[in-house]
Amino acid sequence: MMSYLDNVLFALLLIIGFGYFYNNIRKIIRNINLGVAVDRKDNAKARWNNMAMIALGQSKMVKRPIAGALHIVVYVGFVIINIELLEIIIDGLFGTHRVFAFLGPVYNVLIASFEILALLVLVAVIAFWTRRNIIRLKRFASSDLKGSPKNDANYILYFEVVLMTLFLLMNASDLHLQNVSGGFSHFIKAGSFPVSQFIEPLFNGMSNELVMLLTEIFWWLHITGILIFMNYLYFSKHLHILLAFPNTYFANLNPQGQFDNLESVTKEVKMMMDPNADPFAAAPPADENEVPSKFGASDVQDLNWVQLLNAYTCTECGRCTSSCPANITGKKLSPRKIMMDTRDRIEEVGRNLDTNKGVFIPDNKSLLNDYITPEELWACTSCNACVEECPVNISPLSIIMDMRRYLVMEQSAAPMPINAMMTNIENNGAPWQYNQQDRLNWKNEN
Amino acid sequence: MSENLIVPTMAEMLAQGKQPEVLFWVGCAGSFDDRAKKITKAFVRILNRSNVSFAVLGTEESCTGDPAKRAGNEFLFQMQAMMNIEVLNGYEAKKIVTACPHCFNTLKNEYPELGGKYEVIHHTEFLKSLLDDGRLTIEGGQFKGKRITFHDPCYLGRANNVYEAPRDLILKLDAELVEMKRSKANGLCCGAGGAQMFKDAEPGNKEINIERTEDALETKPDIIAAGCPFCNTMMTDGIKNKEKEGDVKVMDIAELIANAQDL
Repeated sequence: MMSYLDNVLFALLLIIGFGYFYNNIRKIIRNINLGVAVDRKDNAKARWNNMAMIALGQSKMVKRPIAGALHIVVYVGFVIINIELLEIIIDGLFGTHRVFAFLGPVYNVLIASFEILALLVLVAVIAFWTRRNIIRLKRFASSDLKGSPKNDANYILYFEVVLMTLFLLMNASDLHLQNVSGGFSHFIKAGSFPVSQFIEPLFNGMSNELVMLLTEIFWWLHITGILIFMNYLYFSKHLHILLAFPNTYFANLNPQGQFDNLESVTKEVKMMMDPNADPFAAAPPADENEVPSKFGASDVQDLNWVQLLNAYTCTECGRCTSSCPANITGKKLSPRKIMMDTRDRIEEVGRNLDTNKGVFIPDNKSLLNDYITPEELWACTSCNACVEECPVNISPLSIIMDMRRYLVMEQSAAPMPINAMMTNIENNGAPWQYNQQDRLNWKNEN
Repeated sequence: MSENLIVPTMAEMLAQGKQPEVLFWVGCAGSFDDRAKKITKAFVRILNRSNVSFAVLGTEESCTGDPAKRAGNEFLFQMQAMMNIEVLNGYEAKKIVTACPHCFNTLKNEYPELGGKYEVIHHTEFLKSLLDDGRLTIEGGQFKGKRITFHDPCYLGRANNVYEAPRDLILKLDAELVEMKRSKANGLCCGAGGAQMFKDAEPGNKEINIERTEDALETKPDIIAAGCPFCNTMMTDGIKNKEKEGDVKVMDIAELIANAQDL
């Protein structure tokens, strides 16, 4: 039986684990709220539906069947095996052992399914690792992932292997003690062990006391590992396991081709076109809540909060980049990199806030140029392939468009032929140099 | 070919106190680009044949502002939009058809918020409805057994989920519709969207239209069908680059229908 000290230690472990996690989640929320407001509360029904289908139901994952199937195994495994976490926490806090064992046959089915899922997760994770490191699928071998992102992805896989192995070892050693003839200590007969029964012989020849010690070690390592993994999320691409849900809920519901009309521009254009407007009139009194807005985005604070949530949600799978016509044909643009850069920059801004007591001290850096270059932005065809591909409805395109707006409207920094095209539209209502009066000439041409 | 196109303008209609069933938004490419003008005329021939009451804005039409918006110039886009909306609302336009997916998307999705609320449909949808209503009949004779592959324009397909209308029309031609490996929602862009039509591509190892043309050629088509004047240009250039212009034709859906009717 665990001593009183064990329970206190366990409670302390939980408090530290969840406390640190809570702290980091608050940081993420603060950073996401650095973004500009955008209303995504409308049409709750469609939003819930999207979340149910796309995040919970993985409907977009399975468009690539192999990755989709493997992912569903890990996802279902993760969710179901976490039911076991409830028992672990109760056992740990109250010094019980397999507290749900009273469920009898139901408990057997539960433990058995956890074990089978754990095995399947192991197989899937090994397949994932192979795809990244041996087969080296193009989207995992691309330059976006060089260095820490590549390591991050592998650490997550190693974590899962360790956690699943500890879970099975814990059960195997427990089963070994359950099988001691005449019974041993508190190890009652409970559970069904379709996988760990094959690991159990490993403990043959060891003393019962040693196996009991090992069981406790496995148990503690398992729960500690889970808490460490939970806290690693914040530092990794793996946040999608939580953020996929809000991200799909708040995602854009309009047709993909519909780009937002900038309201600040609408006001000015209406003034310009109003024949009754007095060009010399004093500017209307400024709304005190209104921040002097710039057109488009040069840094993360100019993006809206959903775009920042997108950046935290991205798990760098690279489906966007692998379907991007610019990237396929060797251009620098990679939609995945747009999301990774955005997140790296928000994190940098967040650290700036942390060290300066919540006030952002300008660092002479920005998302534009220091992370994302105009060359990348101008390579986009706005074809929406990246948006269509994203399994959790992230829109790299909306960030690209907002940054182009900044380049064009704040810096007049469009490529020359684009400037010529815009001049033509302004002067003669067509992107080419034709006279508007000739628009119907085709009717009489042969 | 004797051309006897009937193309009334909204101004002429108004002068006669008439309101057409539908306003045909020709678009810049359809008005000025030599290749696209053929599509415009093919579509008008079908409208004339089917006795559709339509009108164009003619010299009162101006760029929707789409390329300016995709390039990032929201000012220019909204100026164009407001001017066009003023004209359209002046004529009390209700229903607009266009053969350009870029005009289609902009008019349909981005004009309403600025005060321009119309029913906007792509010409392939309009042709499909004429067919369904029995106002248009298609005899497939000349396309019987021909392999036709359809290149989904991004601003028709992914942007607005119109995938079936153009395909339904191809099937009516008794042709064999062959799909590229990347089609419908997974379709690959031709490389013209997002104002790319008006500039050189960034440094890379291939042109996007070549990549897409290769997708199309893999299906061993007789005809690559398009539903967008810009895609049409990009695919035509791709076919020329592959020196296949003798074997493979790039044609708009409207041209296929018009040809089937010997128009």
